[in-house]
Amino acid sequence: MKVVGKSVRKVDGIPLATGQPVFTLDVDLPGAAVGKVLRSPYAHAEIVRIDTKKAEELPGVLCILHHGNVPRTPYTTAGQGWPEPSPYDTFLFDKKVRFVGDRVAAVAAISEEIADEALRLIEVEYRELPAVLDPEEATAPGAPVIHDEEDARGIHDPQRNIAAAIDIRVGDIERGFSESDVVVETTCEFPYVQHVPLEPHCVVAYLDEEDRLVIRSATQVPFHVRRIVARALGLPLSRIRVVKPRIGGGFGTKQEIILEDVAAALALRVRRPVVMKYTRAEEFTSARTRHPMKVRVKLGAKKDGRIHAIEMDVLSNTGAYGTHSLTVLSNVGSKTLPLYNKAPHLWFHGKAVYTNLPVAGAYRGYGATQGYFALEVAIDELAEKLGMDPLELRLKNHIRAGESSPIFEKIGEGREGKAQVVKSCALAECIREGAKRIGWYEKRGKHLWDGPWVHGVGMAVAMQGSGITDIDMAAATVVMNEDGTFRLLVGATDLGTGSDTILAQIAAETLGVPVEAISVYSSDTDFTPFDTGAYASSTTYVSGGAVLRAAREVKRRILEVGAAILGDPPEDLDLAESYVVSKKTGKRVPLSEVGHRAMYVTDQKHIIATASFVAPESPPPFAAFFAEVAVDTETGIVRVVRFVGVADCGTPINPALAEGQLEGAIVQGIGHTLYEEMLISSRGGVRNPSLFDYRIPTAADVPEIEAVLIPTDEPTGPYGAKSIGEIGINGPAPAIANAIYDAVGVRLYRIPFTPERVLRALRTRS
Amino acid sequence: MKVYFELNGEQKYVEIKPGERLLDLLRRLGMKSVKEGCRTGECGSCTVLLDGRPVRSCLTFAAKAKGHRITTLEGLGSPEDLHPLQEAFLETGAIQCGFCTPGMILVAYHLLSHNPDPTPEEVREAISGNLCRCTGYAKIVDAVLLAAERKRKGDWR
Repeated sequence: MKVVGKSVRKVDGIPLATGQPVFTLDVDLPGAAVGKVLRSPYAHAEIVRIDTKKAEELPGVLCILHHGNVPRTPYTTAGQGWPEPSPYDTFLFDKKVRFVGDRVAAVAAISEEIADEALRLIEVEYRELPAVLDPEEATAPGAPVIHDEEDARGIHDPQRNIAAAIDIRVGDIERGFSESDVVVETTCEFPYVQHVPLEPHCVVAYLDEEDRLVIRSATQVPFHVRRIVARALGLPLSRIRVVKPRIGGGFGTKQEIILEDVAAALALRVRRPVVMKYTRAEEFTSARTRHPMKVRVKLGAKKDGRIHAIEMDVLSNTGAYGTHSLTVLSNVGSKTLPLYNKAPHLWFHGKAVYTNLPVAGAYRGYGATQGYFALEVAIDELAEKLGMDPLELRLKNHIRAGESSPIFEKIGEGREGKAQVVKSCALAECIREGAKRIGWYEKRGKHLWDGPWVHGVGMAVAMQGSGITDIDMAAATVVMNEDGTFRLLVGATDLGTGSDTILAQIAAETLGVPVEAISVYSSDTDFTPFDTGAYASSTTYVSGGAVLRAAREVKRRILEVGAAILGDPPEDLDLAESYVVSKKTGKRVPLSEVGHRAMYVTDQKHIIATASFVAPESPPPFAAFFAEVAVDTETGIVRVVRFVGVADCGTPINPALAEGQLEGAIVQGIGHTLYEEMLISSRGGVRNPSLFDYRIPTAADVPEIEAVLIPTDEPTGPYGAKSIGEIGINGPAPAIANAIYDAVGVRLYRIPFTPERVLRALRTRS
Repeated sequence: MKVYFELNGEQKYVEIKPGERLLDLLRRLGMKSVKEGCRTGECGSCTVLLDGRPVRSCLTFAAKAKGHRITTLEGLGSPEDLHPLQEAFLETGAIQCGFCTPGMILVAYHLLSHNPDPTPEEVREAISGNLCRCTGYAKIVDAVLLAAERKRKGDWR
């Protein structure tokens, strides 16, 4: 292969490296107004009265929106395919607020200062309601009902605050445990953590010269934004155009429609451009988080280490709204249980409950991260009880190529799944490679001391998916220019991952041209074909599948023209080095000649093709993670000395970009394992809504990370590729927890592993 | 009030608003590489060089520029004429979303201006005030070390 498998530079690299105005807010629109949102100071309250008179009288205030003057239509902010498997429990503005930071009203004004002043002048009288601040108490009899509105839809059990629930059984779990020689049970807790993209949510909305609404947004899901804003505002979909420029990171938080709807509503009222952006504090209080969870895992195994029964019980806190509640909950099991596919008896059950707390949503890993923390700690405990090396226990039980799991069929995206056989899997090789690199056999169980520091090593394994089977659809258009170059139009959403580059490489490989011959345009709902968007580890596999098919069709059309020029049948021809080449005679004609002839000379036609691809299955990438930690037994500080992640993402289309995904995800995972946590006050507010108080890893905090790729050839993927975007975040919490246990013999079941928690655990043990 | 200052080698004489932040002034003057990630000095995305030293433009009054030399990423290189640091960031895959990149390159430029041969730890320390959420920093450190090596060989300006 000429282009695939090469670490070519990012196609959008030069504008990014030189600071060109390519992000959402880098455009200046004349006469633009600033939009701001008034947010609830209460966790749960009814708005008894709202008086905007004083605010409206302030010079420079253009418009104020609140529940009394906008349409009331239930929708979900989850940027998912239609029909969304998330409840329609959200309104543009409501007469009830359900968490500290919920929307009360929005202002458009001629400047930010005036907008802020207007927010202060809005008079709101609240009637505070009892709040649910603990997910354990959400379903208790007599608990306040958070979604008592009659027009919400799709809530599992609104009276008991249950947004979603799941109960899946395979085999006979009771028999499974009674037949097991060894049983362990572990409960792990995952707190509120956040994505923290460097670019906060932002949007510019305006009416164009034809009175159509243009939304320029930092979004992972432009087509879902269009559909959901149309619903929320009661507009024809055809009147909306969503443009996605370069995005300053997303990780799932920009798979939510949490700003576009308000900005669009304001722009329609004031008939001038409206610019809106979240402050960093609003990112913490009013954007989205990972679903905090308590996951209980019970494992039963035979003496020889065969896992015989797995129970997984999940309590997920979706916060005040149910966005992604069912699907994240489902993923806790669907992305973890197939990994240990030999167990005949499975029970996966749980619920996602409403609370009057910050709203959870999609975050890289999407439930699998919470599931693997519990599962992989439980595996470590099981290994200990069996007297086995946890590495061997995993090797003995993990899924192989050619095998399946009943879970694939039982759990899908908010509905039943689809049976699939794993066609590529190098997990065993990943485990062995990682063990070698970390020095597993040399270091494990040695408790090496270095002053007050004790060293230990731990591991974890994981899988994820590549897109959502039978749901995710991507389309791509390949357009030939007469000079033999191409335009690639994709609805796929590069949010910094490098997917534009990956897709260009797939097109270039197919068309026998260098990457420079492909100009990628992503994404614009008016000009690029549909794509569900950048989530569920889908872009390389699903969007890449569409690009491959569109490029193949363009190739076929080029070869037809080439055949007419060369006088050889098309089946004898191929594309290479920007030529049509006869495989038989070696005769060749440059693509520029093909392009000119097709466009201007004989039997004219535009060589152009659009193709769609629906994921027929979701081939899992696999990874093994190894951590070496040092624990300071005097202070409780845990230092990650080295971290090794070895992944099988199929054929890496661009190894440097794939490594970058793995490295970045691992460091995010180390962040939530050691430092990150949104702290909640007794009244339900976020206590640390700033980057001073919510610490994400800096360059000085991060240890040496080894990200290694073990290529496989996934037969269903474009040029053998699977996904890599999410999997890396699943490893750090369990691998580090297990390493801490190896070092100092204490088990920690709640992240982050702060010095206080570690020290307390050490003291309790001694 | 109106102030004189030098922006990327050009003399500027501009009206500034009372209390205006340097970040807003620079973006108003078209320097869109200066990014706002938090406006409280925590993330480093708005870093610019004031007389060659990194400052957080979100915490700096625009008036502070008076009589000084301000460098933004636009002043370091351009698409037609990349600075060796920009070249190194592209080559090593140090750019994912690119939002932190302007600040990162400017602090790296400052580091290499007084330490031509930094260790990886010194690079990490130098960029530790600039947050990146995409890369995990490994490739950014590689990029700065690569640029340093090239600078020592004379490929610099």
